[in-house]
Amino acid sequence: MTALLRIALRSAWNRRLTLGLTAAAIALATTLLLGVERARSGAREAFASSVSGTDLIVGARASPVQLLLASVFRVGEPAAEMSWRSYEAIAAHPAVAWSLPLSFGDSHRGFPVLGTVPAYFERYRHGAGTALRMKAGRAFSGTLDGLYEAVVGAEVAGRPGHRLNDSIVLAHGGGEFAHSEHSDKPFRIVGILERTGTPVDRTVFVSLAAVEAVHLEWAGGAPLPGVSIPAEFARKFDLAPKRISAMLVGLKNRAAALRVQRFVNDFRAEALTAVLPGVALDELWQVVGVAERTLLAVSALVVAVGLAGLAAVVLAGLDARRRELAILRSVGAGPRHIVALLAAEGTMVTLAGMAAGLLLLAAGALTLGPQIEARYGLALALQAPAGGEWRLLGAVLATGIVASVLPGWRAYSLSLADGLTPRL
Amino acid sequence: MDQRVRGAASLNRAPAAAGDAAAGIAQAIELSAVRFRWRAQRSPCLSIAHFALASGERVFLHGESGSGKSTLLNLIAGVLLPEAGSLRVLDQELARLSGSARDRLRADHIGFVFQQFNLIPYLSVMENVLLALRFSPRRAARAGGGSRARAAEVARLLASLDLDPALQTRTAAELSVGQQQRVAVARALIGSPEIVIADEPTSSLDAVRQQAFMELLLEECGRAHAALLFVSHDLRLARHFGRCVAMADINLAEAGS
Repeated sequence: MTALLRIALRSAWNRRLTLGLTAAAIALATTLLLGVERARSGAREAFASSVSGTDLIVGARASPVQLLLASVFRVGEPAAEMSWRSYEAIAAHPAVAWSLPLSFGDSHRGFPVLGTVPAYFERYRHGAGTALRMKAGRAFSGTLDGLYEAVVGAEVAGRPGHRLNDSIVLAHGGGEFAHSEHSDKPFRIVGILERTGTPVDRTVFVSLAAVEAVHLEWAGGAPLPGVSIPAEFARKFDLAPKRISAMLVGLKNRAAALRVQRFVNDFRAEALTAVLPGVALDELWQVVGVAERTLLAVSALVVAVGLAGLAAVVLAGLDARRRELAILRSVGAGPRHIVALLAAEGTMVTLAGMAAGLLLLAAGALTLGPQIEARYGLALALQAPAGGEWRLLGAVLATGIVASVLPGWRAYSLSLADGLTPRL
Repeated sequence: MDQRVRGAASLNRAPAAAGDAAAGIAQAIELSAVRFRWRAQRSPCLSIAHFALASGERVFLHGESGSGKSTLLNLIAGVLLPEAGSLRVLDQELARLSGSARDRLRADHIGFVFQQFNLIPYLSVMENVLLALRFSPRRAARAGGGSRARAAEVARLLASLDLDPALQTRTAAELSVGQQQRVAVARALIGSPEIVIADEPTSSLDAVRQQAFMELLLEECGRAHAALLFVSHDLRLARHFGRCVAMADINLAEAGS
């Protein structure tokens, strides 16, 4: 059998140009398929990692997915705000261990700004329960003295190249409108967070009071004409938050989650929604799943096209190799050897294509991975194929073998008809 | 399954029987009342009452194209099976062997030289000759225990066939037709098979080379005590052989295949 394999190798090498092109097609198809799968599982992991330590998310009445996206992933905006009084009432619930108020809406160079409390940096968990760590500096103080202090995520620090004590300016909203910067109240970076692979990396953190301060002379999303309150003067105002966007809740005991959720959903003073992050994520994946499956199906089709090309190339070359097959039969090869030879050839090309595809994916992860992570928060790190990817690779190989048996079968019938004397 | 078991049993007997081929087996090939027809045809294209090739014998089989030569060769090789009659190769009734046992019998005991394109173009001369040992452990053992001994045997055969040792590492495609045919003879003879079948091996050579090739072929077959069945349409070559048989005489079927 090893002899046969060696002959198959030599024969394939002899036709390396056509087979090489075929392998290249299979490689690209494999890269596409695995890339889609990796992006898919990467997105799920990143999302799940971002909510790993949170038991409930509470906000004004909205759909669970909307609330989840806005509060954890800074995508879109919540339908409405909730009052500080409601926040305090829920935080005081006996089952609640800790709670973090969130206030968002502003941005810095496209990065979302999150108003919260210093406890955020101690309470927030990502991945398998990992706490946030400072790469440099400290958390903002949350006092009036430290009103204009900011902490930035790794991505915010990395891309525009911010360092400690740099001064940054917040923009109202997503920063898409001109003259809507809070340029009169610049912030000083006092802390830079370690990379987490979650939306935290792309976030600028300030205190709740700071959010109030930069909006003192604003009303209804626009600056009041002719009103200007200098940064220092702002401290004299009442900066206690009146309304926040949402809150993250940690429970003393997870078993109480449904009870607290009911408490929030039945809240009298205003219409609120409490979301179990896992349930909301499942709901999100159900919505996104259709697109995912479509993308995966298209990739699978591309792989099928590549493998059909393999079968076609080997089949087309078969006629010119009838003499070769007859020689092998004359020295004792049986029809099953002929089938094995052709099947081995196709399988080798498939394997070579898959290996090249994996290399290509690794190269892509090395070169494009950081950019994709920066822009979409999607970690596409260099890694060995994971469970789902092995299944896909197995499927590609199995299909490749099937595609190789086709020319093998053709060669079988040819060699039965030709015997030792092919009529050429 | 039954057939395969029988085939394997017969195969186990084969080496022992062939080991003392010169003493024990009188006929290398023997056909009696053999008939063959292609599936679609009404009348048989081959019908041979009797034909035999004795051990170590050299026979010139004369036949024009279309006389059933190719069919006969494929039958003896065990690639085709006769519709009726008895076809024995080294005392083995081919029809009673399984397909893989027939492949094994061919690998172990028969060397082939064809008209042209005998070699696999992308393999070296050495590898082409060694190809004959790939499917036959028996011939591999006879050619020499280790790979070094086999390489030495290839070198010896090539040298005695008047081929420059430097050619061994060349690919077959780089050789002249005459050289290719001699490499094919080396492949047919390595591991000392009992039977060599040559199908028009000289028709692609010019007259001078034909003469030299015939002498080498006969000499080497003699040295290996191999029976030689030489098939050709060229009657001038018959003078090299003790016995000459015409396809037209043994094939009772109407000509044309």
